[in-house]
Amino acid sequence: MNSFSDSVTTAVALISSGDPALWAIVTRSLAVSATACALACALGLLLGAWLAVARFPGRPLVLTLLNTSLAIPSVVVGLVIYLLLSRSGPLGFLGWLFSFQAMVLAQAILVLPLVTALTRQVVEDSDRERGEQFTSLGAGRGLRSLLMAWDERYALLTVVITAFGRAVSEVGAVMIVGGNIDGFTRVMTTAIALETSKGDLPLALGLGIILLGVVLLLNSAVSLLRRWRERLDGGDLRMATT
Amino acid sequence: MRVEPTSGTASPPLSTPPPVVLALRGVCVSLGPAAQVEALRNITLDIHAGESVALVGPNGCGKSTLLRTLHGLLPRAAGERAVPQASRMAMLFQRPHLLRMSVQRNLQLGLWLSGMPWRQTRERARQALERVDLAHLADRNGRALSGGQQQRVALARAWALQPDVWLLDEPTASLDPHAKRDVEALIADFGHEAPAPGRLPPTLVFASHNLGQVKRLATRVVYMEQGRVLADLPVHDFFNQPLLEARFPQASAFVKGETP
Repeated sequence: MNSFSDSVTTAVALISSGDPALWAIVTRSLAVSATACALACALGLLLGAWLAVARFPGRPLVLTLLNTSLAIPSVVVGLVIYLLLSRSGPLGFLGWLFSFQAMVLAQAILVLPLVTALTRQVVEDSDRERGEQFTSLGAGRGLRSLLMAWDERYALLTVVITAFGRAVSEVGAVMIVGGNIDGFTRVMTTAIALETSKGDLPLALGLGIILLGVVLLLNSAVSLLRRWRERLDGGDLRMATT
Repeated sequence: MRVEPTSGTASPPLSTPPPVVLALRGVCVSLGPAAQVEALRNITLDIHAGESVALVGPNGCGKSTLLRTLHGLLPRAAGERAVPQASRMAMLFQRPHLLRMSVQRNLQLGLWLSGMPWRQTRERARQALERVDLAHLADRNGRALSGGQQQRVALARAWALQPDVWLLDEPTASLDPHAKRDVEALIADFGHEAPAPGRLPPTLVFASHNLGQVKRLATRVVYMEQGRVLADLPVHDFFNQPLLEARFPQASAFVKGETP
Protein backbone atom coordinates (compact mmCIF):
# COMPACT_ATOMS: atom_id res chain seq x y z
CA MET A 1 0.00 0.00 0.00
CA ASN A 2 1.32 3.49 -0.86
CA SER A 3 2.10 5.79 1.93
CA PHE A 4 -0.14 8.82 2.41
CA SER A 5 2.41 11.17 0.83
CA ASP A 6 2.77 8.92 -2.22
CA SER A 7 -0.98 8.88 -2.58
CA VAL A 8 -1.15 12.67 -2.41
CA THR A 9 1.58 13.01 -5.05
CA THR A 10 -0.16 10.57 -7.37
CA ALA A 11 -3.51 12.25 -6.75
CA VAL A 12 -2.11 15.68 -7.68
CA ALA A 13 -0.58 14.21 -10.85
CA LEU A 14 -3.92 12.61 -11.71
CA ILE A 15 -5.75 15.90 -11.26
CA SER A 16 -3.23 17.92 -13.24
CA SER A 17 -3.15 15.37 -16.10
CA GLY A 18 -6.84 16.08 -16.73
CA ASP A 19 -7.80 12.38 -16.63
CA PRO A 20 -11.13 12.23 -18.56
CA ALA A 21 -12.63 9.51 -16.34
CA LEU A 22 -11.91 11.53 -13.22
CA TRP A 23 -13.32 14.76 -14.65
CA ALA A 24 -16.42 12.96 -15.91
CA ILE A 25 -17.10 11.85 -12.34
CA VAL A 26 -16.49 15.38 -11.05
CA THR A 27 -18.78 16.95 -13.65
CA ARG A 28 -21.55 14.43 -12.98
CA SER A 29 -21.22 14.95 -9.25
CA LEU A 30 -21.54 18.71 -9.55
CA ALA A 31 -24.46 18.44 -11.97
CA VAL A 32 -26.40 16.11 -9.65
CA SER A 33 -25.80 18.20 -6.53
CA ALA A 34 -26.40 21.55 -8.24
CA THR A 35 -29.70 20.36 -9.72
CA ALA A 36 -30.79 18.81 -6.42
CA CYS A 37 -29.80 21.94 -4.55
CA ALA A 38 -31.65 24.20 -7.01
CA LEU A 39 -34.83 22.14 -6.66
CA ALA A 40 -34.60 21.92 -2.88
CA CYS A 41 -33.87 25.66 -2.55
CA ALA A 42 -36.72 26.66 -4.88
CA LEU A 43 -39.14 24.84 -2.62
CA GLY A 44 -37.34 25.10 0.74
CA LEU A 45 -36.76 28.85 0.69
CA LEU A 46 -40.43 29.52 0.01
CA LEU A 47 -41.65 26.89 2.45
CA GLY A 48 -39.27 28.12 5.18
CA ALA A 49 -40.27 31.75 4.64
CA TRP A 50 -43.93 30.79 4.85
CA LEU A 51 -43.44 28.68 7.98
CA ALA A 52 -41.68 31.65 9.60
CA VAL A 53 -44.82 33.78 9.57
CA ALA A 54 -47.64 31.24 9.35
CA ARG A 55 -49.59 30.49 12.50
CA PHE A 56 -51.78 27.40 12.49
CA PRO A 57 -52.77 24.65 14.92
CA GLY A 58 -50.04 22.04 15.09
CA ARG A 59 -47.27 24.41 14.00
CA PRO A 60 -45.00 23.47 16.93
CA LEU A 61 -45.36 19.80 15.93
CA VAL A 62 -44.52 20.61 12.30
CA LEU A 63 -41.42 22.53 13.41
CA THR A 64 -40.33 19.68 15.69
CA LEU A 65 -40.71 17.18 12.84
CA LEU A 66 -38.87 19.53 10.49
CA ASN A 67 -35.96 19.95 12.90
CA THR A 68 -35.90 16.20 13.54
CA SER A 69 -35.69 15.54 9.81
CA LEU A 70 -32.36 17.40 9.77
CA ALA A 71 -30.86 14.33 11.40
CA ILE A 72 -32.24 11.74 8.96
CA PRO A 73 -29.37 9.53 7.79
CA SER A 74 -28.81 9.77 4.05
CA VAL A 75 -29.00 5.97 3.70
CA VAL A 76 -32.53 6.06 5.07
CA VAL A 77 -33.49 8.70 2.49
CA GLY A 78 -31.81 6.53 -0.15
CA LEU A 79 -33.71 3.47 0.99
CA VAL A 80 -37.08 5.26 0.92
CA ILE A 81 -36.41 6.69 -2.54
CA TYR A 82 -35.25 3.23 -3.66
CA LEU A 83 -38.53 1.69 -2.49
CA LEU A 84 -40.54 4.44 -4.17
CA LEU A 85 -38.69 4.14 -7.49
CA SER A 86 -38.28 0.37 -7.60
CA ARG A 87 -40.29 -1.44 -10.26
CA SER A 88 -43.01 -2.44 -7.75
CA GLY A 89 -42.97 0.95 -5.97
CA PRO A 90 -45.54 3.74 -6.47
CA LEU A 91 -43.11 5.71 -8.67
CA GLY A 92 -41.72 2.67 -10.47
CA PHE A 93 -43.45 3.69 -13.70
CA LEU A 94 -40.99 6.59 -14.01
CA GLY A 95 -38.12 4.17 -14.61
CA TRP A 96 -35.74 6.46 -12.70
CA LEU A 97 -33.98 3.90 -10.49
CA PHE A 98 -30.18 3.89 -11.03
CA SER A 99 -30.37 7.12 -13.01
CA PHE A 100 -29.28 10.75 -12.78
CA GLN A 101 -32.87 11.73 -11.86
CA ALA A 102 -32.97 9.26 -8.95
CA MET A 103 -29.78 10.73 -7.49
CA VAL A 104 -31.13 14.27 -7.91
CA LEU A 105 -34.39 13.29 -6.21
CA ALA A 106 -32.57 11.65 -3.29
CA GLN A 107 -30.24 14.59 -2.70
CA ALA A 108 -33.08 17.13 -3.10
CA ILE A 109 -35.15 15.31 -0.48
CA LEU A 110 -32.11 15.06 1.77
CA VAL A 111 -31.37 18.81 1.75
CA LEU A 112 -34.96 20.09 1.60
CA PRO A 113 -35.45 19.95 5.41
CA LEU A 114 -32.11 21.70 5.90
CA VAL A 115 -33.02 24.59 3.58
CA THR A 116 -36.54 24.83 5.01
CA ALA A 117 -35.50 24.74 8.68
CA LEU A 118 -32.65 27.24 8.34
CA THR A 119 -34.73 29.61 6.19
CA ARG A 120 -37.56 29.42 8.70
CA GLN A 121 -35.21 30.39 11.52
CA VAL A 122 -33.56 33.26 9.63
CA VAL A 123 -36.85 34.74 8.40
CA GLU A 124 -38.61 34.26 11.74
CA ASP A 125 -35.83 36.09 13.60
CA SER A 126 -36.03 38.95 11.13
CA ASP A 127 -39.82 39.03 11.28
CA ARG A 128 -39.79 39.09 15.07
CA GLU A 129 -37.61 42.18 14.96
CA ARG A 130 -39.24 44.20 12.21
CA GLY A 131 -42.35 42.37 11.02
CA GLU A 132 -44.75 44.63 12.95
CA GLN A 133 -43.43 47.68 11.13
CA PHE A 134 -44.39 46.18 7.79
CA THR A 135 -47.71 44.92 9.10
CA SER A 136 -48.43 48.48 10.21
CA LEU A 137 -47.67 49.64 6.67
CA GLY A 138 -50.16 47.16 5.25
CA ALA A 139 -48.16 44.02 4.41
CA GLY A 140 -49.96 40.71 4.87
CA ARG A 141 -48.17 37.63 6.17
CA GLY A 142 -47.15 36.29 2.77
CA LEU A 143 -45.71 39.58 1.56
CA ARG A 144 -44.00 40.12 4.91
CA SER A 145 -42.27 36.76 4.71
CA LEU A 146 -40.99 37.54 1.20
CA LEU A 147 -39.75 40.96 2.33
CA MET A 148 -37.95 39.49 5.32
CA ALA A 149 -36.42 36.76 3.15
CA TRP A 150 -35.20 39.37 0.67
CA ASP A 151 -33.77 41.44 3.50
CA GLU A 152 -31.88 38.39 4.81
CA ARG A 153 -30.64 37.35 1.37
CA TYR A 154 -27.00 37.18 2.46
CA ALA A 155 -27.83 34.83 5.31
CA LEU A 156 -29.94 32.76 2.94
CA LEU A 157 -27.04 32.57 0.51
CA THR A 158 -25.11 30.83 3.26
CA VAL A 159 -28.05 28.44 3.67
CA VAL A 160 -27.84 27.60 -0.05
CA ILE A 161 -24.11 26.91 0.21
CA THR A 162 -24.64 24.75 3.28
CA ALA A 163 -27.25 22.77 1.35
CA PHE A 164 -24.91 22.29 -1.59
CA GLY A 165 -22.14 21.19 0.73
CA ARG A 166 -24.46 18.62 2.32
CA ALA A 167 -25.64 17.36 -1.10
CA VAL A 168 -22.25 17.06 -2.76
CA SER A 169 -20.64 15.31 0.20
CA GLU A 170 -23.28 12.66 0.91
CA VAL A 171 -22.68 9.10 -0.19
CA GLY A 172 -25.37 6.79 1.21
CA ALA A 173 -28.41 7.93 -0.75
CA VAL A 174 -26.74 8.25 -4.16
CA MET A 175 -25.06 4.88 -3.69
CA ILE A 176 -28.43 3.19 -3.07
CA VAL A 177 -30.54 4.92 -5.75
CA GLY A 178 -27.75 5.54 -8.28
CA GLY A 179 -26.01 2.19 -8.03
CA ASN A 180 -22.54 3.65 -8.62
CA ILE A 181 -22.56 2.56 -12.29
CA ASP A 182 -19.31 3.45 -14.02
CA GLY A 183 -19.76 6.20 -16.59
CA PHE A 184 -23.41 6.61 -15.72
CA THR A 185 -24.20 7.20 -12.06
CA ARG A 186 -20.76 7.21 -10.47
CA VAL A 187 -20.18 10.44 -8.53
CA MET A 188 -17.26 11.64 -6.43
CA THR A 189 -18.36 10.23 -3.09
CA THR A 190 -19.41 6.82 -4.42
CA ALA A 191 -16.19 6.63 -6.45
CA ILE A 192 -14.14 7.46 -3.34
CA ALA A 193 -15.88 4.67 -1.41
CA LEU A 194 -15.35 2.18 -4.25
CA GLU A 195 -11.73 3.06 -4.99
CA THR A 196 -10.86 2.92 -1.28
CA SER A 197 -12.38 -0.55 -1.00
CA LYS A 198 -10.35 -1.60 -4.08
CA GLY A 199 -7.19 -0.15 -2.58
CA ASP A 200 -6.75 2.51 -5.31
CA LEU A 201 -5.98 5.23 -2.79
CA PRO A 202 -4.51 7.83 -5.19
CA LEU A 203 -7.72 8.04 -7.23
CA ALA A 204 -9.81 8.09 -4.06
CA LEU A 205 -7.62 10.78 -2.55
CA GLY A 206 -7.58 12.74 -5.82
CA LEU A 207 -11.36 12.79 -5.82
CA GLY A 208 -11.34 13.76 -2.15
CA ILE A 209 -9.03 16.68 -2.87
CA ILE A 210 -11.24 17.82 -5.75
CA LEU A 211 -14.35 17.52 -3.58
CA LEU A 212 -12.80 19.70 -0.92
CA GLY A 213 -11.46 22.09 -3.57
CA VAL A 214 -14.89 22.51 -5.15
CA VAL A 215 -16.51 23.34 -1.81
CA LEU A 216 -13.63 25.66 -0.95
CA LEU A 217 -13.92 27.49 -4.29
CA LEU A 218 -17.65 27.81 -3.92
CA ASN A 219 -17.40 29.16 -0.39
CA SER A 220 -14.71 31.61 -1.43
CA ALA A 221 -16.79 32.81 -4.38
CA VAL A 222 -19.83 33.32 -2.18
CA SER A 223 -17.76 35.05 0.47
CA LEU A 224 -16.32 37.43 -2.12
CA LEU A 225 -19.75 38.05 -3.64
CA ARG A 226 -21.18 38.73 -0.21
CA ARG A 227 -18.42 41.14 0.75
CA TRP A 228 -18.70 42.91 -2.60
CA ARG A 229 -22.47 43.33 -2.23
CA GLU A 230 -22.21 44.43 1.37
CA ARG A 231 -19.60 47.02 0.45
CA LEU A 232 -21.90 48.31 -2.28
CA ASP A 233 -24.87 48.20 0.07
CA GLY A 234 -22.91 50.23 2.58
CA GLY A 235 -22.68 53.10 0.18
CA ASP A 236 -24.28 54.34 -2.98
CA LEU A 237 -26.78 51.89 -4.42
CA ARG A 238 -27.08 53.37 -7.90
CA MET A 239 -24.61 50.85 -9.29
CA ALA A 240 -25.73 48.02 -7.07
CA THR A 241 -29.47 48.10 -7.63
CA THR A 242 -30.49 45.51 -10.18
CA MET B 1 -66.74 55.76 13.00
CA ARG B 2 -65.78 52.11 12.53
CA VAL B 3 -66.32 50.02 15.64
CA GLU B 4 -64.54 46.70 16.01
CA PRO B 5 -66.19 44.63 18.74
CA THR B 6 -64.32 41.71 20.20
CA SER B 7 -66.05 38.46 19.43
CA GLY B 8 -67.98 37.15 22.40
CA THR B 9 -68.25 40.48 24.21
CA ALA B 10 -71.52 42.29 24.66
CA SER B 11 -70.32 45.85 25.29
CA PRO B 12 -72.75 48.61 24.33
CA PRO B 13 -72.04 50.37 20.99
CA LEU B 14 -69.80 53.42 21.11
CA SER B 15 -71.19 56.89 20.71
CA THR B 16 -68.16 59.07 20.09
CA PRO B 17 -68.26 62.72 19.07
CA PRO B 18 -66.49 63.76 15.84
CA PRO B 19 -63.26 65.09 17.35
CA VAL B 20 -62.38 61.64 18.65
CA VAL B 21 -60.00 59.95 16.19
CA LEU B 22 -59.27 56.82 18.21
CA ALA B 23 -61.17 55.25 21.06
CA LEU B 24 -60.83 52.20 23.24
CA ARG B 25 -63.60 50.88 25.50
CA GLY B 26 -62.84 48.35 28.21
CA VAL B 27 -59.98 46.87 26.21
CA CYS B 28 -58.03 43.93 27.60
CA VAL B 29 -55.03 42.42 25.83
CA SER B 30 -53.25 39.24 26.81
CA LEU B 31 -49.81 38.30 25.51
CA GLY B 32 -47.58 35.24 25.64
CA PRO B 33 -47.82 31.79 24.05
CA ALA B 34 -50.89 30.88 26.07
CA ALA B 35 -52.10 34.48 26.48
CA GLN B 36 -51.11 34.19 30.13
CA VAL B 37 -49.81 37.75 30.58
CA GLU B 38 -52.44 40.44 31.02
CA ALA B 39 -50.69 43.29 29.24
CA LEU B 40 -53.66 45.69 29.17
CA ARG B 41 -56.50 45.67 31.66
CA ASN B 42 -59.79 47.38 31.00
CA ILE B 43 -58.43 50.37 29.09
CA THR B 44 -60.88 53.09 28.13
CA LEU B 45 -59.40 56.01 26.24
CA ASP B 46 -60.57 58.70 23.81
CA ILE B 47 -57.95 60.34 21.62
CA HIS B 48 -59.10 63.63 20.12
CA ALA B 49 -58.00 65.19 16.87
CA GLY B 50 -55.06 67.55 17.29
CA GLU B 51 -54.02 66.17 20.66
CA SER B 52 -50.49 65.16 21.52
CA VAL B 53 -50.84 62.34 24.04
CA ALA B 54 -47.81 61.03 25.93
CA LEU B 55 -47.94 57.53 27.37
CA VAL B 56 -45.64 57.31 30.38
CA GLY B 57 -44.92 54.75 33.06
CA PRO B 58 -42.30 52.26 34.18
CA ASN B 59 -40.91 49.56 31.89
CA GLY B 60 -43.43 46.84 31.19
CA CYS B 61 -46.42 48.98 32.15
CA GLY B 62 -48.08 48.44 28.75
CA LYS B 63 -47.22 51.60 26.78
CA SER B 64 -46.00 49.75 23.68
CA THR B 65 -48.86 47.27 23.91
CA LEU B 66 -51.33 50.15 24.11
CA LEU B 67 -49.82 51.80 21.01
CA ARG B 68 -49.98 48.50 19.09
CA THR B 69 -53.56 48.00 20.23
CA LEU B 70 -54.49 51.53 19.15
CA HIS B 71 -53.08 50.72 15.71
CA GLY B 72 -54.89 47.38 15.61
CA LEU B 73 -51.72 45.28 15.46
CA LEU B 74 -52.67 43.20 18.49
CA PRO B 75 -55.83 41.17 19.00
CA ARG B 76 -57.97 42.14 21.95
CA ALA B 77 -59.17 39.68 24.55
CA ALA B 78 -62.06 42.00 25.36
CA GLY B 79 -63.37 45.47 24.64
CA GLU B 80 -63.83 47.67 21.59
CA ARG B 81 -61.62 49.79 19.41
CA ALA B 82 -63.13 52.54 17.31
CA VAL B 83 -61.52 54.54 14.50
CA PRO B 84 -63.11 56.84 11.92
CA GLN B 85 -63.48 55.21 8.50
CA ALA B 86 -61.22 57.67 6.73
CA SER B 87 -58.58 57.92 9.44
CA ARG B 88 -55.03 57.10 8.35
CA MET B 89 -52.50 55.92 10.90
CA ALA B 90 -48.73 55.65 10.83
CA MET B 91 -46.68 53.82 13.40
CA LEU B 92 -43.08 54.52 14.24
CA PHE B 93 -41.04 52.15 16.39
CA GLN B 94 -38.02 52.66 18.61
CA ARG B 95 -35.89 51.21 15.80
CA PRO B 96 -36.45 52.47 12.26
CA HIS B 97 -36.64 49.02 10.62
CA LEU B 98 -35.40 49.98 7.19
CA LEU B 99 -34.74 47.21 4.70
CA ARG B 100 -31.43 46.53 2.95
CA MET B 101 -32.26 48.69 -0.05
CA SER B 102 -31.95 52.35 -1.01
CA VAL B 103 -33.61 55.00 1.12
CA GLN B 104 -35.79 55.93 -1.87
CA ARG B 105 -36.90 52.30 -2.33
CA ASN B 106 -37.65 51.98 1.39
CA LEU B 107 -40.05 54.89 1.13
CA GLN B 108 -41.58 53.69 -2.11
CA LEU B 109 -42.10 50.25 -0.60
CA GLY B 110 -43.90 51.76 2.41
CA LEU B 111 -46.23 53.70 0.12
CA TRP B 112 -46.83 50.68 -2.12
CA LEU B 113 -47.66 48.50 0.88
CA SER B 114 -50.18 51.08 2.02
CA GLY B 115 -51.96 50.80 -1.32
CA MET B 116 -50.45 53.44 -3.61
CA PRO B 117 -49.69 52.32 -7.19
CA TRP B 118 -45.92 51.86 -7.60
CA ARG B 119 -45.55 54.48 -10.37
CA GLN B 120 -46.99 57.15 -8.07
CA THR B 121 -44.71 56.34 -5.18
CA ARG B 122 -41.53 57.85 -6.63
CA GLU B 123 -42.66 61.48 -6.48
CA ARG B 124 -44.20 61.16 -3.01
CA ALA B 125 -41.07 59.46 -1.69
CA ARG B 126 -38.97 62.31 -3.09
CA GLN B 127 -41.21 64.91 -1.39
CA ALA B 128 -41.00 63.03 1.90
CA LEU B 129 -37.22 62.91 1.80
CA GLU B 130 -37.10 66.63 1.07
CA ARG B 131 -39.42 67.17 4.03
CA VAL B 132 -36.85 65.62 6.37
CA ASP B 133 -33.85 67.18 4.55
CA LEU B 134 -32.49 63.82 3.41
CA ALA B 135 -33.10 64.05 -0.35
CA HIS B 136 -29.33 63.87 -0.90
CA LEU B 137 -29.29 60.38 0.65
CA ALA B 138 -32.02 58.92 -1.58
CA ASP B 139 -29.67 56.45 -3.29
CA ARG B 140 -27.84 55.33 -0.16
CA ASN B 141 -28.58 52.04 1.50
CA GLY B 142 -30.98 52.64 4.38
CA ARG B 143 -29.03 50.36 6.72
CA ALA B 144 -25.79 52.22 6.06
CA LEU B 145 -27.08 55.50 7.53
CA SER B 146 -26.55 56.67 11.10
CA GLY B 147 -29.23 55.85 13.68
CA GLY B 148 -30.57 59.40 13.59
CA GLN B 149 -30.70 59.49 9.80
CA GLN B 150 -32.44 56.11 9.73
CA GLN B 151 -35.08 57.34 12.15
CA ARG B 152 -35.60 60.46 10.03
CA VAL B 153 -36.08 58.20 7.00
CA ALA B 154 -38.61 56.20 9.02
CA LEU B 155 -40.36 59.49 9.87
CA ALA B 156 -40.35 60.41 6.17
CA ARG B 157 -41.84 57.00 5.36
CA ALA B 158 -44.60 57.68 7.88
CA TRP B 159 -45.11 61.29 6.70
CA ALA B 160 -45.45 60.10 3.10
CA LEU B 161 -48.58 58.18 4.15
CA GLN B 162 -50.15 61.52 5.22
CA PRO B 163 -51.43 60.10 8.48
CA ASP B 164 -54.10 61.70 10.65
CA VAL B 165 -52.79 59.82 13.68
CA TRP B 166 -49.13 59.25 14.49
CA LEU B 167 -48.37 56.41 16.88
CA LEU B 168 -44.79 56.67 18.09
CA ASP B 169 -43.17 54.06 20.31
CA GLU B 170 -40.22 55.73 22.04
CA PRO B 171 -38.99 57.09 18.72
CA THR B 172 -35.88 58.75 20.16
CA ALA B 173 -34.93 56.18 22.80
CA SER B 174 -32.06 54.62 20.85
CA LEU B 175 -30.58 57.87 19.54
CA ASP B 176 -27.68 60.05 20.66
CA PRO B 177 -28.59 63.49 22.08
CA HIS B 178 -27.98 65.33 18.80
CA ALA B 179 -30.10 62.91 16.74
CA LYS B 180 -32.69 62.93 19.53
CA ARG B 181 -33.08 66.70 19.14
CA ASP B 182 -33.40 66.46 15.34
CA VAL B 183 -36.00 63.69 15.44
CA GLU B 184 -37.96 65.36 18.24
CA ALA B 185 -38.02 68.63 16.31
CA LEU B 186 -39.38 66.83 13.25
CA ILE B 187 -42.08 65.11 15.32
CA ALA B 188 -43.10 68.46 16.83
CA ASP B 189 -43.15 69.95 13.34
CA PHE B 190 -45.33 67.16 11.97
CA GLY B 191 -47.66 67.54 14.95
CA HIS B 192 -48.20 71.20 14.07
CA GLU B 193 -48.60 70.76 10.31
CA ALA B 194 -51.65 72.43 8.82
CA PRO B 195 -54.13 69.69 7.86
CA ALA B 196 -54.99 69.09 4.22
CA PRO B 197 -58.44 70.41 3.18
CA GLY B 198 -61.17 68.27 4.64
CA ARG B 199 -58.87 66.51 7.09
CA LEU B 200 -58.49 66.83 10.85
CA PRO B 201 -55.37 68.29 12.46
CA PRO B 202 -52.62 65.74 13.09
CA THR B 203 -52.78 63.75 16.30
CA LEU B 204 -49.77 62.35 18.10
CA VAL B 205 -49.74 59.48 20.56
CA PHE B 206 -46.27 58.66 21.79
CA ALA B 207 -44.63 56.54 24.45
CA SER B 208 -41.67 58.10 26.21
CA HIS B 209 -39.44 57.74 29.24
CA ASN B 210 -38.08 61.22 28.73
CA LEU B 211 -40.14 63.60 30.84
CA GLY B 212 -38.45 66.62 29.25
CA GLN B 213 -39.66 65.38 25.90
CA VAL B 214 -43.13 64.82 27.34
CA LYS B 215 -43.18 68.43 28.56
CA ARG B 216 -42.07 69.72 25.16
CA LEU B 217 -44.33 67.59 22.94
CA ALA B 218 -47.42 66.56 24.90
CA THR B 219 -50.69 68.31 25.54
CA ARG B 220 -51.98 65.40 27.62
CA VAL B 221 -50.31 62.65 29.66
CA VAL B 222 -51.61 59.15 30.26
CA TYR B 223 -49.79 57.44 33.14
CA MET B 224 -49.81 53.63 33.17
CA GLU B 225 -48.81 50.88 35.56
CA GLN B 226 -49.26 47.12 35.20
CA GLY B 227 -51.46 47.42 32.14
CA ARG B 228 -53.81 49.97 33.69
CA VAL B 229 -54.29 53.70 33.15
CA LEU B 230 -53.81 55.29 36.56
CA ALA B 231 -53.83 58.94 35.52
CA ASP B 232 -55.02 60.85 32.46
CA LEU B 233 -54.29 64.57 32.74
CA PRO B 234 -53.47 67.70 30.78
CA VAL B 235 -49.69 68.06 30.64
CA HIS B 236 -49.57 71.10 32.98
CA ASP B 237 -51.50 69.17 35.64
CA PHE B 238 -49.22 66.15 35.27
CA PHE B 239 -46.21 68.29 36.06
CA ASN B 240 -47.99 70.09 38.93
CA GLN B 241 -46.31 68.09 41.72
CA PRO B 242 -48.63 69.00 44.64
CA LEU B 243 -51.72 68.22 42.57
CA LEU B 244 -50.23 64.98 41.25
CA GLU B 245 -49.11 63.87 44.69
CA ALA B 246 -52.53 64.53 46.15
CA ARG B 247 -54.52 62.80 43.41
CA PHE B 248 -52.14 60.27 41.85
CA PRO B 249 -49.40 59.32 44.34
CA GLN B 250 -48.00 56.50 42.12
CA ALA B 251 -47.61 58.82 39.14
CA SER B 252 -46.08 61.42 41.43
CA ALA B 253 -43.54 58.91 42.73
CA PHE B 254 -42.69 57.96 39.13
CA VAL B 255 -42.14 61.60 38.15
CA LYS B 256 -39.95 62.20 41.21
CA GLY B 257 -37.94 59.09 40.40
CA GLU B 258 -37.46 60.04 36.75
CA THR B 259 -36.64 63.71 37.37
CA PRO B 260 -32.90 64.25 37.74
